[in-house]
Amino acid sequence: MRRTLVIACTALLAAAAAVAAVAGEQSLTLHEGAGRDLTAGRCAICHSLDYIPNNAPVMDRTGWQKIIQKMRERFGAPISDPEAQQILDYLAGNYAGKS
Amino acid sequence: MTTRRELLLAAAGGWLLGSTAPAGVGALAAEAPGAEPLEALPGKKPLIRRAWRPPNYETPLEGLVPLYTPNDLFFVRYHLAVIPEIDADTWRLKVGGAAAQRPMDLTLHDLKHGFERVTLTAVNQCSGNRRGLFSPRVPGVQWGNGAMGNAEWSGVRLRDVLGKAGVAAGAVEVVFNGADLPVLPATPDFLKSLPIERALDENTLVAFEMNGKALPHLNGAPARLIVPGWTGTYWVKHLTEVRIEPAPFDGFWMKSAYRLPTGAFPSVRFKTQETPETTPITEMLVNSLITSHVNGAHLKRGAHVELAGKAWDGGAGIAAVEVSIDGRQSWQAATLGRDLGRFGWREFRYRLDAPQPGPLTVAVRARSRDGATQPEKLTVNPGGYHDNIVQTVTLDVG
Ligand code: HEC
Repeated sequence: MRRTLVIACTALLAAAAAVAAVAGEQSLTLHEGAGRDLTAGRCAICHSLDYIPNNAPVMDRTGWQKIIQKMRERFGAPISDPEAQQILDYLAGNYAGKS
Repeated sequence: MTTRRELLLAAAGGWLLGSTAPAGVGALAAEAPGAEPLEALPGKKPLIRRAWRPPNYETPLEGLVPLYTPNDLFFVRYHLAVIPEIDADTWRLKVGGAAAQRPMDLTLHDLKHGFERVTLTAVNQCSGNRRGLFSPRVPGVQWGNGAMGNAEWSGVRLRDVLGKAGVAAGAVEVVFNGADLPVLPATPDFLKSLPIERALDENTLVAFEMNGKALPHLNGAPARLIVPGWTGTYWVKHLTEVRIEPAPFDGFWMKSAYRLPTGAFPSVRFKTQETPETTPITEMLVNSLITSHVNGAHLKRGAHVELAGKAWDGGAGIAAVEVSIDGRQSWQAATLGRDLGRFGWREFRYRLDAPQPGPLTVAVRARSRDGATQPEKLTVNPGGYHDNIVQTVTLDVG
């Protein structure tokens, strides 16, 4: 079961998200913007995307940079350097609500 | 555009009809950061959703009114999203480790019939409870007040299980694994450790029942660890493995998560995991919660109102709860309810007279039997842990 999931995740990220997703989380659509689909694909592998809007009030660009780094280095998120840059731009532009 | 307040009010509709619903729930919605709609998971009544996957759901304030938090209202907290349903008949608890003399596998039947049965009442509070109320705010699950509950736990002493496996001289920690798994193998599995003394404490249990019923799946069936007084992070769910070890465990969830600045809080020290900079969170700090009223609740002038709530700590027990209605100049003792044992929470009640119209600010603080009281000021820390500052609610008398 886990092995199948892993293969699915690395081979086909969108499919993996669909396998693991629970009913309900599909109702969340991230804001329109460049990098949205990449962000939605990568950031929904291990958890639902609500981790993004729920943390937005706490976040600025530096905050998101630290989170993306933590997801990659500590949790093993399969995200390349250029992808990380695009995701950072997207999150900093759309979900940085720290006042 | 629907406001957060309207959303929560709509979601809380069912509750508001109940006789125990705290006054002014709508105001709470406006106040709680990132309040989410209520949603029922399998086997659960509606809880406040903080994340879909892994499931992170907190108990609404109404659920914290009963002395024992009902199983179907108890909060749900997971880090990792692969959560197998476990067949109790084929489940095994593997007890071993480099400092175990007689490694063994136990069935649920072995556990239930091979050891003395113990029951105790204890608060289970997530380390990050109230993180969403933290100022300045920090990342993580944005919990309000409901990542906690009080229950009666039944099971066996971990000490007895460890004794059967034989604790070798030189054992320093006991490591625990549960059945939940990360989606990707690169993510560290959720394993925790306890100092050997705490593992051998007579109150540390492997429990299979909660409030007299089998543990609900989402609260750790078929068996979980109970570490009364310590925060929920150590209460490993769906326990599968217990390892007695001669060296400090170096997993991510011990070395890099659930840590506090060393010396910042007056807690028991987990010395084998401490560095000069950071130290693991251990016990809960003395704390209290008003469950009868929320900020902005309306009171009828001249009416006698009962303020009520709960107070708890890390295991010394609650000595007193005090209430101030004059801006913290003077404090009056609240009446304490039944003592459920030093690890359970304690109910408090206070008769409030509201003779003057206008806002009435009520502050509550608890004191534990070891003399600790709730502070006025938050000790800021990166994890957003240990928010036990004096709670105030402002009521609207008219
Ligand atoms: C390889 C798995 C994985 C991937 C991919 C991943 N995360 Fe996470 N993330 C985690 C885990 C595990 C946690 C801890 C969950 C918990 O404790 O509730 C977490 C927690 C978080 C948190 C809460 C803060 C914290 O540090 O606990 C945020 C915000 C977050 N992730 C955002 C993201 C974003 C944005 C992406 C995409 C760039 C992403 N995650 C991709 C595994 C992952």
